[in-house]
Amino acid sequence: MKENGKTGKVLIYAALIIGAVMMVVPFYWMIITAFKTPEQVAQMPPIWWPTSFLTENFEYVLSSGEFARYIINSIIVAVISVSLTVLVTILTAFAFSRLKFPGRDIIFSLFLGFMMVPFELLAITNYVTIVRLEWIDTYRALTLPYIANVLYIYILRNFFLGIPDSLYWAARIDGASNFKYLWRIMVPISKPAIITIVLLNGIDSWNSFLWPMLVTNEPEMRTVTVGLTSFVQAAGVRYERLMAAAFIVVIPMMILFAFARKYIITAVARGGIKG
Amino acid sequence: MSMTLTQGKRLAKTRSDERITARTFIEPLIYLLPFIVVVSVFMVYPIITVFLNSFLEDYNYLANTYSGFGLGNYSALFSDKEFVGALQNTFIYVGCVVPISTVLSLAIAILLNKKLRGTSIFQFAYFLPMVTATIAVGIVWKWMYHYDYGLINYFIQVLGGEPVHWMEDPIMAKAALIIYGIWGKLPFTVILFLSGLQTIDEQYYTAAKVDGAGSKKILFRITIPLLSPTIALVLIINIINTSKVFNEVFALFNGKPGPGYSLYTVVYYIYENFYHEMNVSIACAAALVLFAIVFLMTLLQTAVQKRWVSR
Repeated sequence: MKENGKTGKVLIYAALIIGAVMMVVPFYWMIITAFKTPEQVAQMPPIWWPTSFLTENFEYVLSSGEFARYIINSIIVAVISVSLTVLVTILTAFAFSRLKFPGRDIIFSLFLGFMMVPFELLAITNYVTIVRLEWIDTYRALTLPYIANVLYIYILRNFFLGIPDSLYWAARIDGASNFKYLWRIMVPISKPAIITIVLLNGIDSWNSFLWPMLVTNEPEMRTVTVGLTSFVQAAGVRYERLMAAAFIVVIPMMILFAFARKYIITAVARGGIKG
Repeated sequence: MSMTLTQGKRLAKTRSDERITARTFIEPLIYLLPFIVVVSVFMVYPIITVFLNSFLEDYNYLANTYSGFGLGNYSALFSDKEFVGALQNTFIYVGCVVPISTVLSLAIAILLNKKLRGTSIFQFAYFLPMVTATIAVGIVWKWMYHYDYGLINYFIQVLGGEPVHWMEDPIMAKAALIIYGIWGKLPFTVILFLSGLQTIDEQYYTAAKVDGAGSKKILFRITIPLLSPTIALVLIINIINTSKVFNEVFALFNGKPGPGYSLYTVVYYIYENFYHEMNVSIACAAALVLFAIVFLMTLLQTAVQKRWVSR
């Protein structure tokens, strides 16, 4: 029995390690290629660990100035998007949980139905709206359409509903208004749920591609993902440069994940993430 | 007398919160205002217009003109070889990626749930594709699929096989897209399974071991039946997500739908039609067809689930 358990454990480890290697190989290969010379890139059998690490490819990607601009844009878009989304989510979740008005729960479940509607379905007519508003190449177009996220509101509302009523009445007796109660008491208590929303929304914003591609034409308004695809078209077959560019796009999220792994995993289990 | 009056006033004041006055509507409205504005402009309005647009014939969205109202777009859609091909490709993609990634994820989740040492490193490795941009990682996969210098052909040759034209041959391109899709869907699916596994009471396993059940029996008699609600959820979410495949195609084939335009997916077709060809009403019709199919599949799934799921 004990013998069996030991070989079983070895087998489990072996399976997990093989699987983990397969998951990580693309990332490893991206990083290693980014540090190679064109000659090393075209070498067979492949070089798993180059003798010297070249930083030229990164310098090339960043020196044109455009890529730096993409990074700044993505940061701006993520900051605006996350702060507005959190603000709207807090206000809406509060109205749908603490305030009382006729038909509240029916209206909310109606909105929940919107979660079923895929983003791609809305993208077509939202794009037309953006064109008509002449919002192409603006931060408004990149952020505003998606700041009212029903899923996030659902997560936060559930959290708000778990806060005992007695706290509310105590605060009201002390003379606090609804608004004060929301910001002074409910928001601090709901930090875990808000962190969940910030992480999910931040990651989605950084990685999103289809919408930013649709609403940006000018190079100086592109986000990193859109900029990357235009860089691919320009760099063609220079894979060491492509990998350096891809690495720059991916590394902030890798670092975030390394530090906030547990939070992100709980957040994803709770709310899911866009593909 | 005055006592009772003030008491009465106080009573009225505490009850004012429950009485329906103008304030009952105005206060929630102020909180809901940003939500209502954004949802009406970017959600309700587009849902209505997508539906209406799909019936407009010869619609020009810039001039806002159309020649008629009818089912012309839908019949045009189904006689378009590209759209039918897109539907086929999407079905094949969903049909391959969802079952394979579900089975693999379940296996990985069960192994990760054994709580061996090094779990945090394994978690990092397995979940990394989830937080990294599909579009960036897709370019890495394109490089790995390279005919001459790609890692995948290298390994195939090491194992004694012939190199494959992953990016040039239409059939192999489909396989390449599916392999990348499975890899990309694993992390999220594993996470859902892991949180499902954590809800299974340890006592079941203890009892099964006391009864001398083997690990195979435990898997099929305890783990999978108790996990069936999660499995159903995973299938629904993955069907919905994979049927919208777009970024993967865009990244792998450099902004084209596969070699020789052979790999149109439904969303790619939609994108091509409204963004490049300005055919908004055709795109709307295609989007509604996709939505209808996904919706029907979800209904079917829930119907099957009701019969099959044990809880």
